[in-house]
Amino acid sequence: MSLLYVRRDMLAPQAPPTSQSGIIRWLRDNLFKGPFNTILTLLAAWVLYELVTLSWPWLSNGVWSDANSMADCRAIVAASAGPDASGACWAMIRERWPQFIFGFYPPALWWRPILAFGLLFVALAPVLYSDNKRAMSWLCGVVGALTVLCLIGADGFSFHTILAIALFAGLTAIATIKPRALLAVTMLFPFVALWLLWGGSVWGPITALLGFTVMVVVYGFVAPKLGPVMGASIGFIAACLWWLFVQSYVSEAWQALLPFQLTYVNSDKFGGFLLAFVIGVSSISISLPLGILLALGRRSDMFLVKTLSVGFIEFVRGVPLITMLFTASLLLQYFLPPQTKFDLILRVVILVTIFSAAYNAEVVRGGLAALPRGQYEAADALGLDYWQAQRLIIMPQALKISIPGIVSTFIGLFKDTTLVSFVGLADPLRGITTIVRADIAWKGIYWEPYIFVGAIFFIVCFGMSRYSMYLENKLKTDHR
Amino acid sequence: MADPAIDRSKMKVSDEIAIQITNMNKWYGTFHVLRDINMTVNKGERIVICGPSGSGKSTLIRCINRLEEHQQGQIIVDGTELTSDLKNIDKVRSEVGMVFQHFNLFPHLTILENLTLAPIWVRKVPKKEAEETAMYFLQKVKIPEQAHKYPGQLSGGQQQRVAIARSLCMKPRIMLFDEPTSALDPEMIKEVLDTMISLAEEGMTMLCVTHEMGFAQAVANRVIFMDQGQIVEQNEPREFFNNPQSERTKLFLSQILGH
Repeated sequence: MSLLYVRRDMLAPQAPPTSQSGIIRWLRDNLFKGPFNTILTLLAAWVLYELVTLSWPWLSNGVWSDANSMADCRAIVAASAGPDASGACWAMIRERWPQFIFGFYPPALWWRPILAFGLLFVALAPVLYSDNKRAMSWLCGVVGALTVLCLIGADGFSFHTILAIALFAGLTAIATIKPRALLAVTMLFPFVALWLLWGGSVWGPITALLGFTVMVVVYGFVAPKLGPVMGASIGFIAACLWWLFVQSYVSEAWQALLPFQLTYVNSDKFGGFLLAFVIGVSSISISLPLGILLALGRRSDMFLVKTLSVGFIEFVRGVPLITMLFTASLLLQYFLPPQTKFDLILRVVILVTIFSAAYNAEVVRGGLAALPRGQYEAADALGLDYWQAQRLIIMPQALKISIPGIVSTFIGLFKDTTLVSFVGLADPLRGITTIVRADIAWKGIYWEPYIFVGAIFFIVCFGMSRYSMYLENKLKTDHR
Repeated sequence: MADPAIDRSKMKVSDEIAIQITNMNKWYGTFHVLRDINMTVNKGERIVICGPSGSGKSTLIRCINRLEEHQQGQIIVDGTELTSDLKNIDKVRSEVGMVFQHFNLFPHLTILENLTLAPIWVRKVPKKEAEETAMYFLQKVKIPEQAHKYPGQLSGGQQQRVAIARSLCMKPRIMLFDEPTSALDPEMIKEVLDTMISLAEEGMTMLCVTHEMGFAQAVANRVIFMDQGQIVEQNEPREFFNNPQSERTKLFLSQILGH
């Protein structure tokens, strides 16, 4: 008997049997795999059905316009869906929109926060898309167009609209031609925003900026003699002295010489999402570098630096944020010289920053601990000094590992800005909503403002989360 | 025993001293890891340091660029004494190249960026010039085509050759090798050793902790055997392998060359 076998004609590929592919296969694998999974699927379907049937009439009967009070809403719902039907009253959002966004900011000046908000994205562009020119110029262009539209919506076609068009056209051109120059916008933005939001003399922010010049100059003098750490510390102290004791006189002198100012807006006029963004953005941008320094301090060999960092981090993490906010609003005033006018929002920003810096420090420390010792040794062996090694070798890798944790802290911080309602600031969730619900016209409204505010928070936080995933993907170079 | 293919014409030992270690002691806590080390390395010497694991050989060469701190005695590298003075340490480190067992390339940078980073930031070389130097050394280690890849995309042998090139870009006068082939697959060891041999042929002062005895016989002008934190025996390679003096050395050689 021969063992020879030879195939004469090759088989063509055939479609798989229907049980092995397509929707039936998917359903069986994902929904009805075994009796237990089938029961769970049916149970989940039933819960979903109940939820939808319960809320659907309320949502579908919703009133979006033509109502200026709860009574109007009820009348419209009753007319369209019968006397016992329930319906959402979204018209409240339309009527109270400015308050949710701007708080009590004077309507004639709304162009200022709008412009500042638009510029925020231009300032963020080179940070968020450092190596993507196209994304940068697209972001600038789109944000510019939206800002102009918002400005027209806020106070018609005016001088501010033309100013914004010129400004954003220029910035988009810079982003397209010389993207690195946008970093200058990023540096200047805090001072421009400060001036736009609070107003007052233009010399205030300019002299505040000069504080940093003082820091750099002092650093330049001290660093070559006493080393970079001493240079930075003495520079920082010099800048603080400038801000506390010299700045106001210089600013007033220039204002007397060359007066140029915007109408001053007091901090108690801030509210709603304007307030949430002011606190959120400034705390986020300061707390990350502060957290990095604290993490480095905690891993330092120097006993005093290490002890101070550990003490700071553990103390701040151990105290509830609300306690710190009360400290900001009540206690801090006692410790400062009696004449110091220390703005409540500034105080809150400082405390929230400190709070999230402590959390960031621990997240970054986790990233640092994950780096193999060999990376430090290779950097040392090549002759890089401590700060060069940190900046070029250690931090790029440690921060990449820490991205999910850092973004979690940021998201937490942004949502925690609503806690400022405890110290009397009008945050969007509790502050503004309480004001709306206390209004005679909207008495009885309950779900709608919370759903609205929650949805906006969700959009912002989800955006941050998606960006962090984009960043993680972009920085993936380990090819594991 | 020397390999006839190896060009020894430039492997000249000069009278100038490159490294001088006198009465050096080091402790890890209470553990006396290096005991009374005395050693002089002249320019152009190729020294292989061997010994059982835990004998302090890696610690010794890591002391030479102060990745480890010694507690007693004196280490003078190229005329600069290693003390806690950071300026001296940075000076020595930029003169002394080091190659590690686990390569320690920077995974977030491309090969080219790995090579140009230290010249640009430490030596303040213009970027373009640094890149030209980097490409020159990549050519020498025979992987110029990998310049724009990331370390994670290269094989172990290629990564180690990049690590050698990275050290060379700093134009060091002395090269330290800390078990450069121990983490490699057998078939990749040769490519790294070839790179090291060609470096020796150009007259580089080299200190090499390794178990590659073939390399020691072919290239080294001196073999140092260490055990329990001290130098037990040193000799020129032919004598060291054919006629070891101490019992400890004989035992060690019989164990690594036994099969």
